[in-house]
Amino acid sequence: MINAGDTAWVLISSALVMLMTPGLAFFYGGMVRKKNILSVLMQCFIIMCVLSLQWVIFGYSLSFAPAKGFWGGLSWLGLKGVGFEPYADYAGTIPHQAFMIFQAMFAIITPALIIGAFAERMKFSAFLVFTLLWATFVYDPLCHWVWGIGGWLRNLGALDFAGGTVVHINAGIAALVTALVIGRRKNLDSNMPTPHNLPFVVLGTGLLWFGWFGFNAGSALSANGLAVNAFVVTNTAAAAAGLSWAFIEWLRNGKPTIFGTASGVVAGLVAITPAAGFVSVIPAIIIGLLVSVFCFTAVSIIKPKLGYDDSLDAFGVHCIGGVWGALATGLFASKAVNVAGRDGLFFGNPKQFLVQLAAVAVTLVYTFIVTFAIYKVVDMLIGIRVREEEELMGLDLTQHHERAYTVLE
Amino acid sequence: MKLVIAIIQPYKLEAVKEELYRQEVNLITVSEVLGHGRQKGVAEIYRGSKETGNLLRKIRLEIAVNDNFVEPTVKAVIKGAKTGETGDGKIFILDLKECIRIRTEEHGGVAIG
Repeated sequence: MINAGDTAWVLISSALVMLMTPGLAFFYGGMVRKKNILSVLMQCFIIMCVLSLQWVIFGYSLSFAPAKGFWGGLSWLGLKGVGFEPYADYAGTIPHQAFMIFQAMFAIITPALIIGAFAERMKFSAFLVFTLLWATFVYDPLCHWVWGIGGWLRNLGALDFAGGTVVHINAGIAALVTALVIGRRKNLDSNMPTPHNLPFVVLGTGLLWFGWFGFNAGSALSANGLAVNAFVVTNTAAAAAGLSWAFIEWLRNGKPTIFGTASGVVAGLVAITPAAGFVSVIPAIIIGLLVSVFCFTAVSIIKPKLGYDDSLDAFGVHCIGGVWGALATGLFASKAVNVAGRDGLFFGNPKQFLVQLAAVAVTLVYTFIVTFAIYKVVDMLIGIRVREEEELMGLDLTQHHERAYTVLE
Repeated sequence: MKLVIAIIQPYKLEAVKEELYRQEVNLITVSEVLGHGRQKGVAEIYRGSKETGNLLRKIRLEIAVNDNFVEPTVKAVIKGAKTGETGDGKIFILDLKECIRIRTEEHGGVAIG
């Protein structure tokens, strides 16, 4: 039975999640040097174009068509049979296509997160090929395993409300592989790049926070109490994490920064994502306060020591924050919040923590290996990195023949 | 004392800075400028219309040095900025009448370094 309220909420949520990718474009675009901002905006927008098509043509079928295999199979190619009647195994009260377009927005933003790792040095043609292959061979299978009917991680009982594993750990570990394969940007030691437009970073963070209500509360797929719970804990965790990051900086560096606060907010949103439909508000505060400790340590202390160049900290925020969120779900999940969920370790079910750990480990290992392989293939075919001279001149001019800013006028 | 002014390609700034440090020339002023030379440059294209004949972006370096540092400075700039293509830029050397360090009010050669 189609419910008008549920359908309206899922359509609005789809639009909210769609807006996160332009939000991410500004979040990342502000962080790069001014010679590269258009390349980041372009990568985000082209991902919206390419994956919107990939998803309706075959991506949705590979991810969600019912099957017990590597992929979901080809029965829903070109949305064949995906119509306006509900498909009860996914969402019983909204048209099947509403569920499909909601999921499309997740498939779009996930590869866009990886941009943070190869920003300022990836060849545009290679980026296009990589993105399409990664969506097809990494995102679609993992999405099927965790959320699809017949998916083996789903059958194992792993909890991932809105995509901590499928979206954040997945993109985050791919980001680490990216940084290792593509190598450090030129002149990093003599001239550490600073963000060229922090107001853009803040604008992007605002759009992400706003859109995340669709991401998490929309994942209830219904305009009900569960959606309200997800909405409330999402806002709470983001707030706790933003505050936490600011205070960590205050204590360590003497001053709190807006860049740090914005980073904390995003880390909090990442961490609450898998938990949003299973935990209540006090655990959300704990999840938010602690995620900034972990992510701050990863990006400000560990990364400089190890020397890999994850330009905009896609690994440090999304993978570290995502892993913490997935494990925290295994600690704080409670059937009092969601009867369809499970209890976590603190509610008398230690097994759930191990299941979460297994799902995290599978994602890390699978994505690491396959992402590495895709990069090697693309590098052999067309080369993934721009020439040194192009990197120094900037990707806006050399990849797109455009510049973001004029000098006079 | 001389004032060395160099106009170079923006993407060569890091290389020139490195060469200058190697010659122990550490005090430079950098600005982004527009200029018109012979070079055509990488064209910018906006909705299909090619922008040509525009002023091109360059970096302008100002380096005040004592006489014995003029040659090393010039060599460093050339080593860092030269590609052999049109548009590599120019170096101008001017006599410098006076130099005063504001903090100490020192005058002349001691104030430069």
